Formats: sequence, C-alpha cells, structure tokens
Amino acid sequence: MITLDNHRLKEEMMKLANGNYIRPPARYSWWMRQGRYWRYMMRELSSLFIGIFCFILVWGLFRLAQGEAAFNHWTNELWYQSAGLCWLIFLFATYHSYTWFMVTPKAMPIKLNGKRVAAYIIIGAHFLLWLFASLVVWYAFIYGGNT
Amino acid sequence: MNKLVDTQDPNTTQPLPKASNKPIIWSLFAAGGTITALLIPILVFVIALAVPLGLLSADLFSYARLVELANNPLVKIILFFVISLSLWHAAHRLRITAHDFGLRADGFVMFFLYGLAAVTTMFLGWILLFL
Repeated sequence: MITLDNHRLKEEMMKLANGNYIRPPARYSWWMRQGRYWRYMMRELSSLFIGIFCFILVWGLFRLAQGEAAFNHWTNELWYQSAGLCWLIFLFATYHSYTWFMVTPKAMPIKLNGKRVAAYIIIGAHFLLWLFASLVVWYAFIYGGNT
Repeated sequence: MNKLVDTQDPNTTQPLPKASNKPIIWSLFAAGGTITALLIPILVFVIALAVPLGLLSADLFSYARLVELANNPLVKIILFFVISLSLWHAAHRLRITAHDFGLRADGFVMFFLYGLAAVTTMFLGWILLFL
C-alpha cells in the first residue's frame, strides 16, 4: 500500500535536476494524445491479433487430427461464429504488413555502386513481394491438393 | 583505438567485445516479422474469410483434402515455421506493448507470454509429428 502511494506521488510530479517540477506523461493514456502515438499503438497491438490467429491455427490442426466431426465443428465456428474477430485479425494483420514494409528502407538500406537505393524502390519491391506471396498462397491452396 | 574493430591489438590489454546473443534474437524477430507481414493477411483471408464471402468453395476445406495436405512433409515444415515464428514475434511485441500500455510487471509478462509461446510451439510440434 505504502509503495503504491509513493509510486502515485512520484507519478504525479517529477523533480528535474535543475529543481523544477514537471508533470510526467500519463502512464496509461499517453498514446491517445497524438495521432502518431495512436497509430504506433495500433501497429503494436496487431501482435495480439496475430497471436490469437496463431492459436486458432494450432487449434484447427488439433481438431483436424481429432477427426472429421471435430474439424467441421471448428470450420463452422471459425466461419460463421467468429467472423467479427476474423475481420479484426485481417485488418490488424494487413496494417502490420503495411507498416512493416513502409520501414524497410530504414531497416535495411541498400547501396548499389556506392549510392543509396531510393526508398520508394525498396518499399515498392516489398509490396510486390507481398502481392506475389499472397497469390502463391491463394493458388497453392486452391490447386495444391489436386495433383 | 577503434572499438568497432573485432580483432584485438596484441599490444594492448583491451579485452575482446563480449559475444552477444542479440543478433540471433533480432534475426528471429526480423524473420518472424517478415513472415508475419508476407503471409498472415492472406492466410487469414483464405482460411477464415474467403468461404463466408463466397470466394472459395467449402469443398476445398473438406476433411479428406486437408488431412492429405497436412500429411505432406513440406506442408508440415512450412506450417511449423510460419506459425511458430509469427507466434514468437507476436509474443515479443506484445511484451513491449504491455509496457507501453502501462503494465510494468515485465518479469511476469515475459514469463507468461514466452511461456505461452513455448508451450504452443511444443503443442504444434507434437500435433505435426505424431497426430
């Protein structure tokens, strides 16, 4: 209790080295103050939805191993009872991809003949790769088992 | 003395920089992020959204077809790496996000999230190997 109160006091006012007091940023709500903080938090929050999707996939594989009835139950739940969650996962995952590819020129700057490759080329190449990977998954899933 | 040079000058007693595990952790994080970014949106779309939208036939998700697909060793390897890398990437990010949301019990958060990721990875490996 005492430590909590001390903590709260410290949170409210913070003494600087020069003797001035400042109000530190709000611990829980700082990210609501500016659009870019908000976007940063939404990008980071995408990890929650991606994690949930990984659990859904693992669970689906487990249900597949349990037999036809269990698996059909899982697909039914996924398609018709969790549609809202699935759309949320899709939107967050797409936003994560967008932000991930937008920072690639900063994360892996490429030099050719001593000159930096322009950012839009690196970003564009990644978006093309994304499109290509998506098409591969789409067609591999449709035609993969038919040979 | 250039501290960034990896070799030791024999005339000085300056020790070599200590080997760090950060490159391995960060390469896994980057690999997980790239795989997540490239594949998770389309996987969600194919697996969860395309059938209710009427874009794919539910026959493609028939039990017999998917059992055959999932028994392909290549599919198993891909599934294992895609799911586990995405999961570990998400767990690491969520740990940082918990801190950003004001939850400062990092020890507990780390234990919980990495533990969950580890258990799920083992569960996934068990399903793919034995079931």
